Amino acid sequence: MDSRIKNILIVGVGGQGVLLASELLSEAAIMSGLDAKKSEVHGMSQRGGVVTSHVRMGKKVYSPIIPYGQADIVLSFEQAEGLRAIDWLAPQGRMIVSKTRLVPPIANFGKFGYPDDPIGELKKRTPNVIAVDADRMALELGNIRLVNTILLGVASSFLDFKRETWEEAIRTLVKANFVDVNLKAFAQGQTLAAGAVTA
Amino acid sequence: MKKLLSGNEAAARGAYEAGVKLAAAYPGTPSTEILENIAEHYPSIYAEWSPNEKVAFEVGIGGSMGGGRTLVAMKHVGVNVAADPLMTFAYTGVNAGFVLISADDPAMHSSQNEQDNRYLAKFAQIPCLEPSDSQESKDMVKLALDMSEQFDTPVMLRMTTRVSHSKGIVDLCEPTEAPRGKFDRDVHKYVMLPAHARVRHGKVLERMAKLAEYAETSPLNRVETFGTKLGIITGGISYQYVKEIIPEVDVFKIGVSFPLPLKKIRQFVETHERVLVVEELEPFYEEIIRAAGMTTVEGKIYFGREGELSPYRVAMALHQAGYLEKPVGAGYIPAELFPRPPVLCPGCPHRGLFAALKKLRLTVTGDIGCYTLGTLEPLESLHTCICMGASIGNAIGMEKVNGSDQGIVAVLGDSTFLHSGLTGLLDAVYNKSNITVIIADNRVTAMTGGQQHPATGFTLMGEKTKAVDFVELAKALGVESVRTVDPLDYEASVAAIDEEVNRPGPSVIVTTRPCALMPQRIMSTPYEVILDECTGCSLCFRLGCPAIYPSKELNKRGKPKAEIDPTLCTGCTLCAQVCKPEAIVLTQPAGKIK
Repeated sequence: MDSRIKNILIVGVGGQGVLLASELLSEAAIMSGLDAKKSEVHGMSQRGGVVTSHVRMGKKVYSPIIPYGQADIVLSFEQAEGLRAIDWLAPQGRMIVSKTRLVPPIANFGKFGYPDDPIGELKKRTPNVIAVDADRMALELGNIRLVNTILLGVASSFLDFKRETWEEAIRTLVKANFVDVNLKAFAQGQTLAAGAVTA
Repeated sequence: MKKLLSGNEAAARGAYEAGVKLAAAYPGTPSTEILENIAEHYPSIYAEWSPNEKVAFEVGIGGSMGGGRTLVAMKHVGVNVAADPLMTFAYTGVNAGFVLISADDPAMHSSQNEQDNRYLAKFAQIPCLEPSDSQESKDMVKLALDMSEQFDTPVMLRMTTRVSHSKGIVDLCEPTEAPRGKFDRDVHKYVMLPAHARVRHGKVLERMAKLAEYAETSPLNRVETFGTKLGIITGGISYQYVKEIIPEVDVFKIGVSFPLPLKKIRQFVETHERVLVVEELEPFYEEIIRAAGMTTVEGKIYFGREGELSPYRVAMALHQAGYLEKPVGAGYIPAELFPRPPVLCPGCPHRGLFAALKKLRLTVTGDIGCYTLGTLEPLESLHTCICMGASIGNAIGMEKVNGSDQGIVAVLGDSTFLHSGLTGLLDAVYNKSNITVIIADNRVTAMTGGQQHPATGFTLMGEKTKAVDFVELAKALGVESVRTVDPLDYEASVAAIDEEVNRPGPSVIVTTRPCALMPQRIMSTPYEVILDECTGCSLCFRLGCPAIYPSKELNKRGKPKAEIDPTLCTGCTLCAQVCKPEAIVLTQPAGKIK
């Protein structure tokens, strides 16, 4: 990995498992001998509001928050939240976005609409979009909560950590009886990313 | 050994390594995880959730007086509640070391104000330390306890959301054994009669003079030199942002922020062409530095007093001050999007309560908790929120001024009522107020992540204990009409509230239904909409449930019908109860999603 700081912004909606994904990511970083910091806020915003987690890794990390407009990867658990975070993405950065659509109650009253095609909007702005049907994949694996490891699997293709490191991070942080299915979800994400890049 | 820890986890670890014997707190974002971690990982420390911060602080004073090292933790506004004992404990001083962690919330991620508690340390005349990352959070807890014993004073460790909730690598050490002392009777020190307190006030001032000398030589206040003409004075999380933006600038890094090392700062100021102060929220350092005659030092005119700083804000301010190019900022055009404010969860019992209050169009004084979200569209049935327990007093005052013809209701949660609602309710009885108090009892401190409280039947350390009975408690305070209702029974809730509001004298309704999320996620078979039966009337939308979304199918007037996301629906039945055409039904087994 180069000496530059790598910045990953993870966004989603409260309750989607954003925090576990950022936990796994920073764990993998320190297992690889890097300095790492991550930052997020807890409390009221977690009740169905926007959740963001900043993860930074490199030789020496100062700020736990990513400088605005400098995320190498934005990992979004929800279509519109990916669009909301687009201004954090660095010019050559990658947007990895789940096709999950979570329409908030506020969009039911006419004042605000949920965009028809947030992923299309993203693609208008940057060619570096990988849209993942993570909900369907997770449900096929038997648990909607696997969305986070699937997405992380996709992101892992753009980070230079060894496969064993990721697996060790998952074994360390995921509850024992969910380890196998999470490893499977992670591997599926990785495979999908390989396809997306060559395509 | 190195470990990735949040500031809060690191502070808990620091308490363990420093031989702390007692820790007490009331949960409050961003401080909550400190005590949770102590209870979970370090069972050698007695740890408790107290009913409120004042009690936590007083328990802590007792622990220190008794000779055990003590930590108390609370959010910034919690220190207001504990300010009474704090101000006088500052006079008596300690026996064993005492550290107060104040976790401030710049930008109010989960708070009602963004007060800067460094001023409370100054107000109480106790030293204040400011960590800037997890490692320092751990180290400074230990150091604060040493300072506390050396200078006979409580010490404030002032953290902020970004320090408490950011993770970084921390070096772990072995715990040191701090001997457990005993209480030595010394009424001149511990009984603050006026005659004793006058003497102690003098001691406080003597202590502050010694602490000022200590601050001058403390390695926590350090200068990082690169030979630049610009010098920056900074501390806390702001230090990290400065280092991020200009790693090689001369920095005066403050660790002891009260009292400030003014001699050392003066030397720094005199040896730099220009000096800027970078600190979040109030101009705390800046005021003290300028008041000491260093009037060329600037800060707030560039950095602002509101919200959190960030690498971007610091870069922008340094640009405005004439250093640095304009920061690059966004690489892509931001999108104009709907807001996504926090909402009550699917299945939340408070939803039924607020739907009923909305139906009755009552004036509702509110309080601090998840249910504060009842103020937002579409429920819009909570009309005030000031601080913990304020709903009852607010309702009483409003009723005395406006009368109760329109019906005045105070809503507060179970934990909030036990925190500081009891005295308010006592006032309602004593001063013959005609209000209805609703205790929204979801049997957990929900907003902060599901902590125990005196009515849950369990302690922080996981022991079974006596659970307060709200009905008996309200009766004992003298309320004659006390009843319970299930908030997810819509008709019953409307009827109960209507009846109590129209009854003369104070009354109490306890809405009883556990939180849908904590301690366990409650999921039953989801409900579904029969689209052919749905008229698109939007009554279910008006419950503001995240599981209900507009269908692509429209009604005759072109309005969307409703659908239910089966992965979110908890089967609480509330929407089915309000659906006039009875189009919402229990999902049939074939469509069941596990």
